[in-house]
Amino acid sequence: MTEEHVHKNGLLKPNRPVGIIGYGAYVPRYRLPGAEVARIWTGGTGGSPVKEKSVPGLDEDVITMSIEAARNALARAGIDPFELRAVWVGSESHPYAVKPTGTIVAEAIGATPAVSAADWEFACKAGTEAFTAAMGLVGSKMANYALAIGMDTAQGRPGDALEYTAAAGGAAYILGPAEEALAVVDSAYSYVSDTPDFFRRAEQKYPEHGQRFTGEPAYFTHITSAARAMLDLTGAAPEDFTFAVFHQPNAKFPQRAASLLGFKPEQITAGLLSPVIGNTYAGAALIGLSAVLDIAKPGDRILVVSFGSGAGSDAFDIRVTDKITERQKKAPTTQDYIARRTPIDYGTYVRIRGNLALK
Amino acid sequence: MEIPRHWRLKKQRYGLVGEVCPHCDAKIFPPRDVCPHCGGEAKTAFNFSGRGEVYSYTVMHDAPAGFDQNTPYAVALVKLEEGPVVTAQLTDLGEEQPRIGMPVEMVTRKIREDANERGMLIYGYKFRPVLR
Ligand SMILES: [Zn+2]
Repeated sequence: MTEEHVHKNGLLKPNRPVGIIGYGAYVPRYRLPGAEVARIWTGGTGGSPVKEKSVPGLDEDVITMSIEAARNALARAGIDPFELRAVWVGSESHPYAVKPTGTIVAEAIGATPAVSAADWEFACKAGTEAFTAAMGLVGSKMANYALAIGMDTAQGRPGDALEYTAAAGGAAYILGPAEEALAVVDSAYSYVSDTPDFFRRAEQKYPEHGQRFTGEPAYFTHITSAARAMLDLTGAAPEDFTFAVFHQPNAKFPQRAASLLGFKPEQITAGLLSPVIGNTYAGAALIGLSAVLDIAKPGDRILVVSFGSGAGSDAFDIRVTDKITERQKKAPTTQDYIARRTPIDYGTYVRIRGNLALK
Repeated sequence: MEIPRHWRLKKQRYGLVGEVCPHCDAKIFPPRDVCPHCGGEAKTAFNFSGRGEVYSYTVMHDAPAGFDQNTPYAVALVKLEEGPVVTAQLTDLGEEQPRIGMPVEMVTRKIREDANERGMLIYGYKFRPVLR
């Protein structure tokens, strides 16, 4: 089998056209400035890869955050939750090791019992995995509406480089028939390989990163391969897109990926949230997209490319319809959540992230 | 073992689902199947908007078991815009002080964890200052 052959048949295109009916973001209120992490671990020397990162409150986790994002998506979709045939949550930080996040979210939003509820895992692209599957469920006419969520409350080992960026947030998407959509998702392209860049064994609290694997062979190879294949197979060029969103573990990686692919800084600015909320892992590409949809206009075209360690990327070709304008206002915007901001110090951070042993 | 009780109450706790009286249209929370206003039977489910205002509040410094890791936290009587008054924790106050008349909205949050790390997580409604 030649690479050419794999490539040509690689596009994931639904049998009936599908699109986004509703979407909703969530970012918790608290922010830990990078300077605070540096103050504790490096005596304030050395920079931070982001200005600050979002931190969940004591009573928040992937379940509660998913419920709020899903309620926002339902408000924009204007459908009865009973119409959902899937509630799928992609995350690296499901609160239970055994017991699905999906059933609790489905129950809380009123979607039970005639609904598929499941949790998806693929490091930072668990959310776009769920999104792709939801496209398939609707695109095959097995269902009219499916909810896909990417949400995380990521943790880095205290003092590790990841502690500057490991953040909390994400977004929820209701996929449905294209004729009802605020944005049509024309096709997806998924590119994966067995790459040991980052992993966490079962029972371990913090992940490990295979240092020299994180950049070139992992993030950049997968993002650019998925994006280039998508451009080739759809006959599109970077300048055909109003916006592009790339997975954002920090500020520099997505900026460099955009430049390698020929996208201009102004195409990625609206969807680049990592400088102010950090890396929301399975939520990162999807909340970048929600920030773009908040300001998009009918006719805009959006390229989204996620990345998950282990490793792989999902690319999506999205066209905004004239239904966007009225639905943008029906729920809080991504920037509404970003603007709701309470900075905390490192001590408070340690307490609310449960890193103090009290027993 | 409280698991069966948490399971029975989950609908009203996760989403503020109460009842509406078919005779006098009163909105009822928590659900009790009998209208407190006209005494008629009321079993029709009703989804509250979740919006209301703080009617009264207190700040807890000594908390009961299971809540002690969250102190200090505010517990409020919230008057829902549909009428009923519910007791619930306030959350996401940040640096804001709770106050009587504060407009709030319902969110579903982790209420508590069973005392040991092997127990279940209990979710339910709380209220926070309105986002926008
Ligand atoms: Zn009545």
